[in-house]
Amino acid sequence: MAVKLPKAGGTFIQMEDEIAGIAAVIGASWTGMRAMTATSGPGFSLMMENIGFAIMTETPCVIVNIQRGGPSTGQPTMAAQGDMLQCRFGSHGDYSIIALSPASVQEMYDLTAKAFDLADRFRVPVFLMADEIIGHMRERIEIPDAVPHGERRAADRGVLPFAAGPDDIPGFTTFGKGYRVHVTGLTHDERGYPATTSPKIHEDLVMRLVRKVEDRRHEIADYEVVNPDAEVIFVTYGAPARSVSQVLHDDADPRIGHLRLRLVWPFPDSAIRSFPDAKVFLVPELNLGQIAREIERHTTVEVRSLPKIGGDLHTPRELAEASGRCIAP
Amino acid sequence: MRHEVRFSGFGGQGIILAAVILGRGAVMYDGKYAVQTQVYGPEARGGASMSAVIIDDDPILYPKVTAPDIYVIMSQEGFEKYGVTAAPGAVMLIDSDLVHSRPGCRYIEVPATREAKDVLKREIVANIIMLGALVEATGVVTQGAIEKAVLDSVPKGTEALNTKALQHGGGLVRGRDKG
Repeated sequence: MAVKLPKAGGTFIQMEDEIAGIAAVIGASWTGMRAMTATSGPGFSLMMENIGFAIMTETPCVIVNIQRGGPSTGQPTMAAQGDMLQCRFGSHGDYSIIALSPASVQEMYDLTAKAFDLADRFRVPVFLMADEIIGHMRERIEIPDAVPHGERRAADRGVLPFAAGPDDIPGFTTFGKGYRVHVTGLTHDERGYPATTSPKIHEDLVMRLVRKVEDRRHEIADYEVVNPDAEVIFVTYGAPARSVSQVLHDDADPRIGHLRLRLVWPFPDSAIRSFPDAKVFLVPELNLGQIAREIERHTTVEVRSLPKIGGDLHTPRELAEASGRCIAP
Repeated sequence: MRHEVRFSGFGGQGIILAAVILGRGAVMYDGKYAVQTQVYGPEARGGASMSAVIIDDDPILYPKVTAPDIYVIMSQEGFEKYGVTAAPGAVMLIDSDLVHSRPGCRYIEVPATREAKDVLKREIVANIIMLGALVEATGVVTQGAIEKAVLDSVPKGTEALNTKALQHGGGLVRGRDKG
């Protein structure tokens, strides 16, 4: 990005650490620009406090996390998906965010563009949760002449800066465009001024921050369904999706289905109901079952976690054996 | 036709770049699909390094190599880690001065590092010599594709050196009994 962004009219800044990196992103976003940062492992942990600040101040931004083995510095060059709950819950307090999970180089491109659109529309941090395999992989990609580019809705004149419209999202008051707006991580009223001891103001604000994302989870859901009449359903996001696609390609058994999530948070619970005959959901993840647990919350059907950590991807053979064990002979 | 190519050596030899160039040639100039992945340590130089390329006429789903049919081995450690398990039908290009073991499969000795040093006076082009030998011996991508992909990938001012290295690599195996 240091090489290419300036040539495309952008600005690249190298900050001293990830805490400063996300802080600079938030500042850049308030000038009306689209801003992002990318990290892995401990860098993501360092960003957590300011991610909360971005959520509370409703700052659109994109954070790319190429997940590797953790905890701590762990495996700097090996693949993992161990931060799927951290991106959802890692900053303190109650809130909601949006997280996308690409499974190809093409989707790294497409979903990055989509992440910016969602961030601008919802005024929320959007996470691109890839893994080392997808993040370092090179493969064929087709770059379109143009990508859809939504606009951040500007605040209407005379409306308070944190007064939300019917969609629960306030219009944006860009720095340098005639506004003098107070932006704080403290609980604030519609003027943006701290109001930290009123239970009602706090409840109204946090409920709105959650609602503006969660109430539209079906509308923004992004997933692919293969074999909706199947009984044994793989649920994947990111790199393991590629292994499952190979299983279904090698053996086109209609009893085996695949739900591939491109958007993981807010969790698209309606996607689970795309498989009315499901007898078991198999969830291969490069962690110890983080999203399997979320799926369990939304279904009475058996959910079987297929965890794998250490850096290797589930092989198609392992997954074919796992689904074979679930199918009555 | 699916080909799986595995490169291994140590950090600093350009093991990953060699794989990138091969994949680039296949996609950009032969119109095929390719996926390139890698395993390496956090060190910039000296650690074990492995990269892999899958080349196929059809889209590639599972992105990891499972049964390579082509190997390029540029260190003894790389041989012990990845080369030792080569299937009998595979073909292996070996940097013969850096690897003292020999596999059970067909193999071709290419003294790429020595030739880079002695003939081209730049050790850094050993990986490009290997690519030239690889394409000559296997035809996994076309000559035209690898030539253009090398030129796309190397720093400005080194085009002539790298083209020469590529041709030199091809010459080292041309007409040789391939194992």
